[in-house]
Amino acid sequence: MMVRRLIVHIVLLIILGGMLFPFAWMISTSLKSGPEAERNNRFLPTQVHTENYPSAWVGARRIAPPHTFGRFFLNSLGVALCVTGFVLMTSLLAGYAFACLQFPGRQVIFLLFMATMMVPFEVTIIPNFLTIRTLHLYNSYAALVVPWIANVFSIFLVRQFMMGIPRDYFDAARIDGCTHFQFLFQIAAPMAAPALATVALFAFLGSWNSFLWPLLVIDDPSKYVVQYGLALYVQEESNSFNLLMAASAMVIAPVVVLYLLAQRYFVEGVSAVGIKG
Amino acid sequence: MSSQPKTLITPQIGASRTNTRESFLAYAFILPAAIPLLLFSLYPIAAVFFGSFFKDVDTQTPHFVGLANFDAVLGGREFWHSLLVTVYYVLGVAPVAIILSFLIATLLHQNILARGMYRTAFFLPYVTSTVAAASIFRWIFGISQRSVANIVFNWFGLPQQGWVQEPRGIFELIANHFGATEFPLWAAGPSLALCCVIVFSIWHMLGFNIVVFLAGISAISRDVYEAADVDGANWWQKTRYITLPLLSPTMFFLLIISVIRSFQSFNDIYILTPVERTNSTQNLVLLIVSKMREGGDYGFALAVSFILFLIIMGLTLAQVRLFERQVHYQ
Repeated sequence: MMVRRLIVHIVLLIILGGMLFPFAWMISTSLKSGPEAERNNRFLPTQVHTENYPSAWVGARRIAPPHTFGRFFLNSLGVALCVTGFVLMTSLLAGYAFACLQFPGRQVIFLLFMATMMVPFEVTIIPNFLTIRTLHLYNSYAALVVPWIANVFSIFLVRQFMMGIPRDYFDAARIDGCTHFQFLFQIAAPMAAPALATVALFAFLGSWNSFLWPLLVIDDPSKYVVQYGLALYVQEESNSFNLLMAASAMVIAPVVVLYLLAQRYFVEGVSAVGIKG
Repeated sequence: MSSQPKTLITPQIGASRTNTRESFLAYAFILPAAIPLLLFSLYPIAAVFFGSFFKDVDTQTPHFVGLANFDAVLGGREFWHSLLVTVYYVLGVAPVAIILSFLIATLLHQNILARGMYRTAFFLPYVTSTVAAASIFRWIFGISQRSVANIVFNWFGLPQQGWVQEPRGIFELIANHFGATEFPLWAAGPSLALCCVIVFSIWHMLGFNIVVFLAGISAISRDVYEAADVDGANWWQKTRYITLPLLSPTMFFLLIISVIRSFQSFNDIYILTPVERTNSTQNLVLLIVSKMREGGDYGFALAVSFILFLIIMGLTLAQVRLFERQVHYQ
C-alpha cells in the first residue's frame, strides 16, 4: 500500500514538473542577462538581473509611445472591473427572475437564453465588429465592455443557486412586508454570495485574458489592453528573451495571485459547469 | 447529473393584479441581460447567415451576390486547407487532453496526501492568459539552436528543428530523416508548427478537464468502491468497471466542450506561430480574421463563419445522438 502510494506520488510529481516547468523557466529566464538568456545553457541565472522587470515595463514605449505597461494594466483593470460589475448586475437580476418570479414565457425565454450558449463567439466576430462600428464605438473602451455585459453561464449559475434558497425565507420576508427588490438585494444576494463570487471571478478573468476582441476593435495605443500590448511586445522584442519573460511574468502575476486567493470559487465554478452542464 | 430544482420558490401571491406586477418586474429584471444577448449572440447568427449572400456588407451599399461567396470559399484551396488544419488540431487536442486528464484525475482521487496542492498546480495553466503562456512556449519551441526543444533533441542526437516555424508535415520530416526524399504531400500530416500548438493547447486546457473530472469522481458514492474492495477488485478493475462507466456523462460533456473549443481556437495559434508564419497553422478562425483584417473581404469571411457555425452545430448534435445511448446516467 505504502509502495503504491509512493509510486502514485512519483508519477504525479513528474507530471506536475512538466506542467509547471514553463513557469519556472519563465521566471529564471526573466532574471538572466540578455546574452545568458540566449545561451540558455543553465537553468538558474549566474547573476540575478531584477532590472529586467523595469526595463520590460518601460519597454512598451517602443510599441505604444509614450505609454508603458502601466497604461495597459490600467486599461485592462478598468475594462475588467466594468465587465465584472455589469455581469454581476445582469446575472443577479435575471437569475432571480428565472428562479423566483412567475411570468408568462419563463421557460421559453430561459431556453432561448441557454441556446445562446451554443453560439461560438468566434463565429460572430464579423457582425459584432460591424455592430460596434455602427454604434460608433470602434476604438473606445466601451467596445471592450458592451458585448460582455451579459453572460448566460453566469445567469444559469445564479439561477441554480437561488432555486436552492428555501421558500420559507421568502414567505417570512413577505409577511414582514418585504418587496421583491428588498428581498433580492438584502436576503437573496448575500445568500448567493458564493455563486456571485464565482461569477465575478470568471467575468474578471475572461475580460483580463481576452485577446481576439481587443485586437479587432482597438487601434489607439493609449487604449491597448494588457494582452494585446504583450502580444505586440512579443513581436517587437522577439530576441530579448529575458525581457519577454519578464513582461509575461508581470502579465501572469495578478491572475495567479487572484487564483491563489480565491481558488475555491474557481474550482466551484468549473465543477458546476461539469456537474450541471 | 441531476439539475432538478430542489425547492423552487414560486411565491403565489393570489390576486391577478399582483401577478401582472410580478410579470412586469420579471421582464424588467431580464431586460438588461436580454438586450446584449440579443444584440451580440442571437442577431449575429442571422447576420452571418444573410450576410454571407452579400458583398461589401461593411459598406453603405452591400449588394446581393447569391451563392458567389460560397462558390469562392468552397471552390478555392484556402478553405479546404484551413479545414484540414482545424481537423488536425481538434483531433490532436481533444482526445489526448481528455485521456490524460482522466488518468491524472483517477490518480489524484486515490486519497493521496496533498491532493489540494496538486489540483492547485494543475489548474494554474488554465487561468494563465494565452498570450503570456504562449509567449513562453514560443521560446521553448524556438527555432534557435539553444531553444529548450532543440537542446532536448540534441541530447537524443536528433537534428535541430524549426519547431513553431516549421511548415513541413511531421510524417514528411520523419521520412526525410530516414532518407526518403520524395514524400507524397497528402501524407505529410500536420505541420511541426501545428504540433507545437497542439502540445501547448493540451497543456493549457488540461487543468480544466482535471477539475471537472475530479468533481465527477467525487460525486460517485464511496460505497461502490468499498463494495468493490470487499470483492477484491484491483485498481484497474475499479477504474474500468466503476469510474469509467459512472463518469461517462462527464466525459461526454468534456468531449463536446473540447471539440467546440478547439474548433474555435484562435489565440493559441495566433500567438505561438509567428506572424510571418507559413499558412501551415491557419485554421478556420484565423482564415476569417485574416480575410476580415487584411483583405477586407467580408463576404468571404462571413461565408466561412457560417460554414464553421454549421460544422460546430452539426458536430455537437451528432455527438449528442451518437453517445446518448452509450452514456451511463446515474
